[in-house]
Amino acid sequence: MAEPHAEDEERRDFLQLAAGAIGGVGAVAFAWPLVDTMSPSAEVLALSSTELDVSSIKPGQAIIVKWRKRPYFVRRRTKIEIDAAEKVDIASLREPEADKDRVTKSEWLVVSASCTHFGCIPKGAKVGDDRGEFGGFFCPCHGSHYDTSGRIRKGPAPRNLPVPPHNFVSDKILKIG
Amino acid sequence: MEKQNFDNKVIQWVDDRLPVFSYMNHEYNEFPMPKNLNYFWNFGALATIVLVTMIVTGIVLAMQYTPHTTLAFDSVERIMRDVNYGWLMRYIHANGGSMFFIVVYIHIFRGLYYGSYKAPRELIWMLGVVILLLMMGTAFMGYVLPWGQMSYWGAQVITDFFTAIPFVGEAITTWLRGDFVIDNATLNRFFSLHYLLPFVIVGVVAFHVMALHVTGSNNPDGIDIKDPQDTVPFNPYFTAKDSVGIGAFLIVWAAFVFFAPNFLGHPDNYIEAQPLSTPAHIVPEWYFLPFYAILRSITFDIWFLEAKLLGVIAMGASIMILFILPWLDTSKVRSARYRPLFRLFFWVLLVDCVILGIVGAKSPNDLVISGVEWFEYKTLGLLATIYYFGHFLVLIPIIGKIETPKPLPTSISKPVTGGGGSAPAGSASAAKKEKA
Amino acid sequence: MHKITMKAAMAACFLFGATMTTTVANSAEMMSFPKKDWSWQGVFGTYDRGQLQRGLQAYKSVCAACHGLKFIAFRNLTDLGYSAAEIKDFAKTIEVTNKEPNDEGEIFKRPGRTDDYFPDPFPNKQAARAGNNGAFPPDLSLVVESRVGGADYLYALLTGYSEPPKGVKLGEGMSYNKAFPGHQIAMPPPLADGAVEYKDGTKPTVAQIATDVTAFLAWASEPNMEARKSMGIKVMLFLFAFLFVLIGMKRRTWANVH
Repeated sequence: MAEPHAEDEERRDFLQLAAGAIGGVGAVAFAWPLVDTMSPSAEVLALSSTELDVSSIKPGQAIIVKWRKRPYFVRRRTKIEIDAAEKVDIASLREPEADKDRVTKSEWLVVSASCTHFGCIPKGAKVGDDRGEFGGFFCPCHGSHYDTSGRIRKGPAPRNLPVPPHNFVSDKILKIG
Repeated sequence: MEKQNFDNKVIQWVDDRLPVFSYMNHEYNEFPMPKNLNYFWNFGALATIVLVTMIVTGIVLAMQYTPHTTLAFDSVERIMRDVNYGWLMRYIHANGGSMFFIVVYIHIFRGLYYGSYKAPRELIWMLGVVILLLMMGTAFMGYVLPWGQMSYWGAQVITDFFTAIPFVGEAITTWLRGDFVIDNATLNRFFSLHYLLPFVIVGVVAFHVMALHVTGSNNPDGIDIKDPQDTVPFNPYFTAKDSVGIGAFLIVWAAFVFFAPNFLGHPDNYIEAQPLSTPAHIVPEWYFLPFYAILRSITFDIWFLEAKLLGVIAMGASIMILFILPWLDTSKVRSARYRPLFRLFFWVLLVDCVILGIVGAKSPNDLVISGVEWFEYKTLGLLATIYYFGHFLVLIPIIGKIETPKPLPTSISKPVTGGGGSAPAGSASAAKKEKA
Repeated sequence: MHKITMKAAMAACFLFGATMTTTVANSAEMMSFPKKDWSWQGVFGTYDRGQLQRGLQAYKSVCAACHGLKFIAFRNLTDLGYSAAEIKDFAKTIEVTNKEPNDEGEIFKRPGRTDDYFPDPFPNKQAARAGNNGAFPPDLSLVVESRVGGADYLYALLTGYSEPPKGVKLGEGMSYNKAFPGHQIAMPPPLADGAVEYKDGTKPTVAQIATDVTAFLAWASEPNMEARKSMGIKVMLFLFAFLFVLIGMKRRTWANVH
């Protein structure tokens, strides 16, 4: 029985390397489903858009709806509210954003109802609610004031209320997502 | 155990304070293994692979499963249909249960054949029986979780056994179930325990391997290692060989998962549990069938002991008897390779176990051979059960005494390097004096 | 070669044992149905989209009146080859019960949406029994997987209605069926020639409708079957290649020992 040649050892090392590499690929390929299985499942993703009939909302009224299980304000703004939103000097805002960039139809404001500070639902949707100093929304948890475009004007919240993707499928039907 | 010196400073620092790396090096790198092991020695490693995979897939499934009677079945279907790769996780886990038993049964029969249960490895063997019992408990409870017809009625039948215990049977059964019947209390606690037991198994496996590393592995010749010539280090020799076994085994597992995922199961379990409707034939999963056969084989009372209780006792005894096997076997020779009579009866035992499995699936009153009226499956089951106990309690002790073993080789290295099979006649007596 | 025959013998014994006991366990009913060739059988099997679409039509017009399909959502119908718009329109034609009550506190029905599931035809099991002479029409989402014989059994059942043989007395409201265990089934023959007018113009004989509905229900039992088999082929190819390399590595490693 001959001694193992350097050549044999080389071939052995190569095979060990090859086996290790293929095994590694296999392990990663198996790990991927393990990770992805924790991602939202199909029936959760199916709720990725919500359609609602907004024809019963009068100017000045707002509702809270759920999209992807989170709350959103849908407010039908009055002319006064729209003007107030459009006239603001953008440079003075904590997060500069023009009102026209936050709405598809200026009459309809669709924004997240989750305060950008720590997530409470601000007041302002129900009749009689305190709307804060800027006529939009007021978060009672730590005193953040949002204006009629849902932008942060006063208080600890760092950012404007985010605007979800939305569009009007028809005059009556608003689709979020 | 010698402390290793490592080149890497970080590893050295950790190892000085907690010698995990020295430990791993000793146990899984340098550890001397007999060089003549065959592929039957792969099955312990395979069992570990299955255990780890079952825990990983199980944890991921537990993230999506709901252990409530009104939601369990639906949550499993949601896993199969809506959860990303849920079907894959479920099929791996369900078929993995069967794979675990296939691997462990082969591992056990390897031990039986080569005398791995004999001194000084008795404790390894007994820990193994403990692992088997824990596996059976885990598998039984796991099968209840999908809350199908077989889940429910299997749980009903098995928990019903405890009523056979005299005096306290009913009370114990009610306590186990958490209710007067199998219901949500039972399901929820089975989920808790099914999650727990695998980790207990991990602990017992650790002891099982630690005990193994005290004595070192047995080998197909059943003779002790005499000098380092007989051995090779675990790494790379057995890392390489185990890898081959793992590769082949994964192919078998994948074949079931991807191409026959429901073959080893029962269609009735795809029907949601109906407490008021018993299925035509209640059958446990295949790996419990031999025990089920033994359970049902006792159909007569003995004195004050009812048939039902006797059946439960027989079933329990069929596993408990394995604990005392090291002391039942009187032979000084370990391996069946050198024990012709023992080897013959080993195969008879194996066939007997397969027969018990087949009997477990049949209706007790069905005829084994059509036309032969007296030969019902319950008769075959009783005969097979009697053989099973007779094999261990009567045959094994007797065979050890009356058998003439073949002469053992002088050492492990001789046969492997082609130096000749049996030892010369002169040293046969030396071989016989081998402490078994 | 001693070790290879040993290994082969034992492993074969065990797989044989497992297979035998399982086959025996499952064939306890001991009824055999003619084996049909289904498009999804075998390692490379796939569903026939045409069959599935006809089957859906048949399910909707014949079976849905009594049998639910609760695990299938309308969005799952993309598997049948329909577009999102087609599914949206299809869903609208089916009335579902809204999960939340309306503002007056009443539970109401509305046209279906893509994310809805096929509705149960009866509000509860008792109503189902009351409407069917005490018999409960089972949900069909898993019917192919939950019956011994699977698709072959289902096809045999749907085409197995006949006059009872001499001497067999039918129970009240029961029909004779060759495939059904016990041979007396509470469901009257659901299919007849021409029962469904197929959109694709296929001739709707009983055999044809039975084939299509069985295919559809096989899909409903396991929509992920095609993904499973296609992943399986890739995995097996990988594992065989891997095993090949591993065997090579093992032999090289052991070369100087043997």
